Amino acid sequence: MTSAPMTLSQARLPRWAPGLVAAMALAVAGLPALLGGWGPAAWLVLAVVVFLVAMPLWSRLVEGRRAAVDRLVTGLIWTAFAIAISPLVWLLWVVVRSGVPAINGDFLTFSMLNVIGDEQGGILHALIGTLLITLAAAVLSVPVGILTAVYLVEYGARSRTARVITFLVDVMTGIPSIVAGLFALALVVLLFGPAFRMGFGGSIALSLLMIPTVVRSSEEMFRLVPDDLREASYALGVPKWRTIVKVVLPTSVGGIVTGVVLAISRVIGETAPLLVVAGATDGINTNLFDGRMTTLPVFIFSQYSSSTPVGYQRAWGGALVLIVLVMVLNLTARLIGRIFAPAKGN
Amino acid sequence: MAKSIDVSDLNIYYGDFLAVEGVNMTVKSKSVTAFIGPSGCGKSTMLRSLNRMHEVIPGARVEGKVVVDGQSLYDASVDPVAVRRQIGMVFQRPNPFPTMSIYENVLAGNRLNAKKLKKDDADSIVERSLKRANLWTEVKDRLNKPGMGLSGGQQQRLCIARAIAVEPEVLLMDEPCSALDPISTSAIEDLIHELKSEYTIVIVTHNMQQAARVSDDTGFFNLKATGEPGHLVEFNPTRKMFSTPDEPSTEAYISGRFG
Repeated sequence: MTSAPMTLSQARLPRWAPGLVAAMALAVAGLPALLGGWGPAAWLVLAVVVFLVAMPLWSRLVEGRRAAVDRLVTGLIWTAFAIAISPLVWLLWVVVRSGVPAINGDFLTFSMLNVIGDEQGGILHALIGTLLITLAAAVLSVPVGILTAVYLVEYGARSRTARVITFLVDVMTGIPSIVAGLFALALVVLLFGPAFRMGFGGSIALSLLMIPTVVRSSEEMFRLVPDDLREASYALGVPKWRTIVKVVLPTSVGGIVTGVVLAISRVIGETAPLLVVAGATDGINTNLFDGRMTTLPVFIFSQYSSSTPVGYQRAWGGALVLIVLVMVLNLTARLIGRIFAPAKGN
Repeated sequence: MAKSIDVSDLNIYYGDFLAVEGVNMTVKSKSVTAFIGPSGCGKSTMLRSLNRMHEVIPGARVEGKVVVDGQSLYDASVDPVAVRRQIGMVFQRPNPFPTMSIYENVLAGNRLNAKKLKKDDADSIVERSLKRANLWTEVKDRLNKPGMGLSGGQQQRLCIARAIAVEPEVLLMDEPCSALDPISTSAIEDLIHELKSEYTIVIVTHNMQQAARVSDDTGFFNLKATGEPGHLVEFNPTRKMFSTPDEPSTEAYISGRFG
């Protein structure tokens, strides 16, 4: 019995084919764009459509049906990726372009105290406020969140209490931030009287928003720790709590730190609850427990509502500083995650 | 210092499911006892009930008696943590702690229990345990490297070193060689032979030749029928088990004429 020789090779488009088609699509779309006086956006959209038609067509003629479908889907995925990424890049670009002119030494080292009209003002008070309030929020919510996750994974597994807690945490994830702010305000007013304001109230509101994120991310991390390791520890006669502290926590610490930092990044930009509870002030206030405190988002909001060119510029400057702050936090988290990641190999 | 284990009328449950029924046996001290039988017949469950690791699984419980050195393990006054300090365990898959170095892994049983050790004592425990586990010459120059970087067979011997570093009375091994190549397997079997002089060893194995090679006594577990609980069919000296077993089903299983 003889069999037909196997055919493994077939006609393929050269590697530079997609590049060539892309260039030609841009050129083809450029003609009506030039004649009709369209903007660059419409030109790009038309070019993408031309590419998505031409590339599979060429491929169909040379390579066959399966390769053509592959070219089409690859093109669609790249288009989707570009659509997803472009608002982000655009936003960063706008913030950097509008924010950079506002940044200078004075902007970072002075507050807005006694700044009138177009005088040079600063964001130091808002920077201090943001850092203090967010730090206090983290101090409040990280232990609560991690311990809740420990309960959910290590102690309450599959119990009714654990299910109720998981449900409530999910509900908490959906609390609108302004509601958290009102709750914190009600608490502060109840304890200290109606006219009292303090930055710590803002921390309470933010921690309400942070706790669910911390619980959920730490829970996932604890679940990733293999039961083998817990059993290995139990079999050495190590009590459960020590197993959790010395084996489960160290093994998952990288992921937990990342989760905590993501939670901080989420709340550091909150405006509404802080406006309600912590209020706004032009001066530096380093006491979390007495007096109003401004944070960066609130500073941006109040400068923007002043509707003056200088106000706008200060708002953009504040926005840039806030974004840089979040970015630094994320990089720190990645670094910490890498340092604590369980060592693999030699 | 090794202890014998007396098991009487032991029923082991997962929730309402009876996994192993009516086990009676005596594991002699300073000897190797092997559990053999088909998958799912309760060998590992039986082994785990000997140091109260069984109850780590939610809903798992035990009826009957396991008596070690005159003390019943399942008395209300017995602390499972204390039991596990005396009865160590090696698992099927090597499971060194990924956050720890080789050195720290060996000391894990001491360190995790916050036992204060002088540097010299710690060093000597590490060296002694690794030497007994036949791993010392391979790792002595890289004790501070992560334990996960070793090969599978080395990791398993590291886990054995970790288990004997706390100097238990009894060592339970749950298919310790099933994930290993023949050379590592033979290294671990040699090790079992050496450890027998000081420890009581119970080993679960799927490998009949291994049971014949290393053990003094053998217990054959089987299911009565599919869906029925597992039970101990026969418990006899290994020599007798592999030549003239009492039960026809044991002979059928050992000679490969099974089901």
